[in-house]
Amino acid sequence: MEVENFRTRFGLNSLWMWFFLLANVILFQIFFVGHIAPYAFSIVMYAGINIILAVSLNLVNGFTGQFSMGHAGFMAVGAYTSAFLTGYFQLHLGESFSNPLISNSLFFLALVIGGLLSAGFGYIVGLPSLRLKGDYLAIVTLGFGEIIRVLILNMDFLGAARGMPGIAGLSNFAWVYGLVVITIFFISRIIQSAHGRALMAVREDEIAAQAMGINVTQTKVRAFVIGSFFAGIAGGLFAHYLSFLSPAIFDFNKSFEIIIMVVLGGMGSITGSFIAALFLTVLREALRGLQDITKVDLRMVIYSLVLILLMLTRPNGLFGKKEFFDFLPRRIRHFFGRRGPAT
Amino acid sequence: MKALKLTNRSNLILATLLVTAGIFNTSCTKEENKSPEIAKAQTPQSEEIKIGLVGSLTGGQASFGQSTQKGAEFAVNEINNGGGVAGKKLKLISLDDQGKPEEAATVVTRLISQDKVTAILGEVASSISLAMAPIAQKNKIPMITPSSTNPKVTEIGDFIFRVCFIDPFQGSVMAKFATEDLKIKKVAVLTDVKNDYSVGLAQFFKDKFTSLGGKIVVEQSYSAGDMDFKSQLTSIKAKNPDAIYVPGYYTEVALIARQAKGLGLNVPLMGGDGWDSPKLQEIGGKAIEGSYFSSHYSAEDKSPIVQEFIEKFKKTYGIVPDALTALGYDAVKVLVEAMKRTDNLDTTKIRNEIASTKNYQGVTGLITIDEKRNPVKSAVVLKVVSTGFKYQTTVNP
Amino acid sequence: MSEFLQHVINGVSLGSIYALIALGYTMVFGILGLINFAHGEVYMLGAFSGYYFSRWFHLQESSSPSGLFLVLALSMATSGLAGFIIERLAYRPLRQSPRINLLITAVGVSLFLQFSGQVIFGADPQSFPQIYQPAEQWNFGDISINPLQATVLGISIGLMALLQFIIYFTRFGRAMRAVSFDHNLASLMGIPTNQIISFTFVLGSALAGAAGVLVGLIYPRIEPLMGVMPGLKAFVSAVLGGIGSIVGAVVGAITLGLAEEFLVGYWKPSYRDALAFAVLILILLFKPTGLFGKKTSEKV
Repeated sequence: MEVENFRTRFGLNSLWMWFFLLANVILFQIFFVGHIAPYAFSIVMYAGINIILAVSLNLVNGFTGQFSMGHAGFMAVGAYTSAFLTGYFQLHLGESFSNPLISNSLFFLALVIGGLLSAGFGYIVGLPSLRLKGDYLAIVTLGFGEIIRVLILNMDFLGAARGMPGIAGLSNFAWVYGLVVITIFFISRIIQSAHGRALMAVREDEIAAQAMGINVTQTKVRAFVIGSFFAGIAGGLFAHYLSFLSPAIFDFNKSFEIIIMVVLGGMGSITGSFIAALFLTVLREALRGLQDITKVDLRMVIYSLVLILLMLTRPNGLFGKKEFFDFLPRRIRHFFGRRGPAT
Repeated sequence: MKALKLTNRSNLILATLLVTAGIFNTSCTKEENKSPEIAKAQTPQSEEIKIGLVGSLTGGQASFGQSTQKGAEFAVNEINNGGGVAGKKLKLISLDDQGKPEEAATVVTRLISQDKVTAILGEVASSISLAMAPIAQKNKIPMITPSSTNPKVTEIGDFIFRVCFIDPFQGSVMAKFATEDLKIKKVAVLTDVKNDYSVGLAQFFKDKFTSLGGKIVVEQSYSAGDMDFKSQLTSIKAKNPDAIYVPGYYTEVALIARQAKGLGLNVPLMGGDGWDSPKLQEIGGKAIEGSYFSSHYSAEDKSPIVQEFIEKFKKTYGIVPDALTALGYDAVKVLVEAMKRTDNLDTTKIRNEIASTKNYQGVTGLITIDEKRNPVKSAVVLKVVSTGFKYQTTVNP
Repeated sequence: MSEFLQHVINGVSLGSIYALIALGYTMVFGILGLINFAHGEVYMLGAFSGYYFSRWFHLQESSSPSGLFLVLALSMATSGLAGFIIERLAYRPLRQSPRINLLITAVGVSLFLQFSGQVIFGADPQSFPQIYQPAEQWNFGDISINPLQATVLGISIGLMALLQFIIYFTRFGRAMRAVSFDHNLASLMGIPTNQIISFTFVLGSALAGAAGVLVGLIYPRIEPLMGVMPGLKAFVSAVLGGIGSIVGAVVGAITLGLAEEFLVGYWKPSYRDALAFAVLILILLFKPTGLFGKKTSEKV
């Protein structure tokens, strides 16, 4: 009884753990980040951004079963919006922007606005998904991503092809991993709520879902909106880490990269996306060594081959619809408070 | 007290994350212990001077990166054969950025923090140099871009240099040449909107050309990667220009030339250094002949330093070096000259010495670095003829 | 006026190139219901095999089309083979699995061909040998027509007629229609489903290969990524015309070619690539069956 009480209050069953994780991220930022080798650190940062992208795309592609190929487009919306906003603040606030409290709270504001605008685009893209299925939806989302890119290319105040240099470098470890924690928290909570079950019901069988009283349209659009909100956030983090944006960054190869992460990790597995995003980001750099030997860039060849072979041999990716811990021995799972196998 | 209770599944996700974060924590802390030692061990004792080169060695613009790399490699070998710098050999570490800004940023970070390079060369494209420069500046590592012509690049900070002229100058060169030598009054401009270089150059050309009394009759645009330009050319033809200014890359310019001829638009094309590739004529064929472009150097230049460079280069690589190769070569040379003038290869001292480069005779002309860290140097105008690129004139700033 | 007419001619000639690629798309979609993302890459392979065959035979610039026919036949065979291999290795094992897996595989094959193309052929563009150069431009006053492009239009329409004939008037075509209608039922009727599907892939890919060579002749700059945009635009054409419909593919392609031409000529050239996708989204939202696709019509 006492143990049970302890577990509920302080154990993994509590929301406090998520706060603990957030605090951990902030402590890490304060005490360790300065000592990490910059190269390793940049990989860590890109990995974090990719985790947000992959987990948010998984909500659409994995949990709702809608195949979106335009995630880079949403990322671009968030990136450009937030970069434009912080640039605006910086210009108009002048000196006071250098106060970290002000700049960071404005950064947060810019990220959220970027995310919201991106979510607005997600809403627009989500609408066709009422009528379109599978392949058609895929190519429409791809087209949408391209349209966003072409629009940015035509906006002179965003730098058009010249790109947007000199974005304030506000993304740090705490922001990126804090938002990784928040993204995963939100998405894993959504999945376990009634909304989440509706998403998965739509994935499994739309007609049956409708028969059960699920508003299919609304459910799909909701997935798109939430997914693109977090993609927008990731875009904002990316912009303020690289300090430079150009439309060429957000071409459909970027979308494919995120898709590969989701597929490799398993469509419908959050921990899978997390691990795959981490793994592929590190692998990218690790394969750089290979390039010194072969003199040609084999990375994307390997990626695409992995994608094909995965589909042929293990179409569910590493974890399928399961989570990482579902593969742990039963006793450990039990310790974490989990009894039955995943469904 | 009511605890916030969550369901099982999110706990497990959380647990997984905690474990992963833990692994990260430890692995990163290790890194932290190691890196200062490496830094101490390498900088004073190393027998090599490492120079990093970032370029698009694969991807759509690979030929530019590869040309630059050849030039830099050739210069490094030449210097090493001559005994190196202060008894130390140079080592060129070339890394590929696939023509992507974010890749270039990662690669620069790696060159600085892991390979501990003394200086950085790159990139060809201004939009990529713009992503690299802040990192070099922050780490106080001098960076010389061989061929980024956008003025903004060196404005990033005082450690960023270039050895090529800048777009405003290049645009004005062609505008001057068109009005004074070709006696042209009406020009159509065809810009590649996907390409910052093209957009910038077109703007500077237009400004100068109109101030010289010329008239821009029509402006049209395309996107790199397009293959059909007949629509734009048809609209241009309707306006009867005397020439078309196409400041794009040779990949599209060659097709534009062909299609212009196909539509009976028999006026010369004019362009910038993005044209400078043997592929221009291979793809463009006869249609591109009679066109003019501005560039950094001419292989026909009779000065001994140019001829010697071309001859030696041909012996090693079997091809005539193009402008980007020559610029890559000059970038290394300017850097090495600056290094030789310092006593201890301190990066800030190297920076100061690069900044005070004066009248250095490079393959691409006399280089004097001004206070904005741009070289003051001349440009050449070349004409495309059946045998190659024929030297027309040199324009001084 | 002559400017307008010239735009029309340009638009039709651009559309005829999309049409050649779109025919293959529409056939494969018709029979499998699969968007073969790799189709644009098969077209790229066709162009490159044309390039290598022309160099292999040391074909010179000439005004007689015999060299062209040789190269065309060989390239069609090569890309047909590529299509066969892709279907056999990547798509067939997945025929019973969820749609989404097949789609991801198609994307994977497309990326694999793009990037291995960059490794094998090199990333920078090659110039396609001008093995067939018709004597002169045709000029009518201010208007010029490239005879080569007229040939492409002719070939597109000819192929359209031929395919229409195969599908509706041969035993083989009847089998294709049956497979398209229902795989399982067709195989119960004794139709060798696998062979029919393979053959459709080979036919579609060979058409893409032919398009590759012809495009190489007209726009002599070929590169490993050349298939991406034309591939997508051909797909849009096929959807616009009603995917699965042969006539629709050609009409849709020419419509798209004209739309692009007028957008570029009279409005904003920089929106060119967005146009195709905007058309796609609109058509899918308001008339998903396209111009020629009817719910009841038989599709192949």
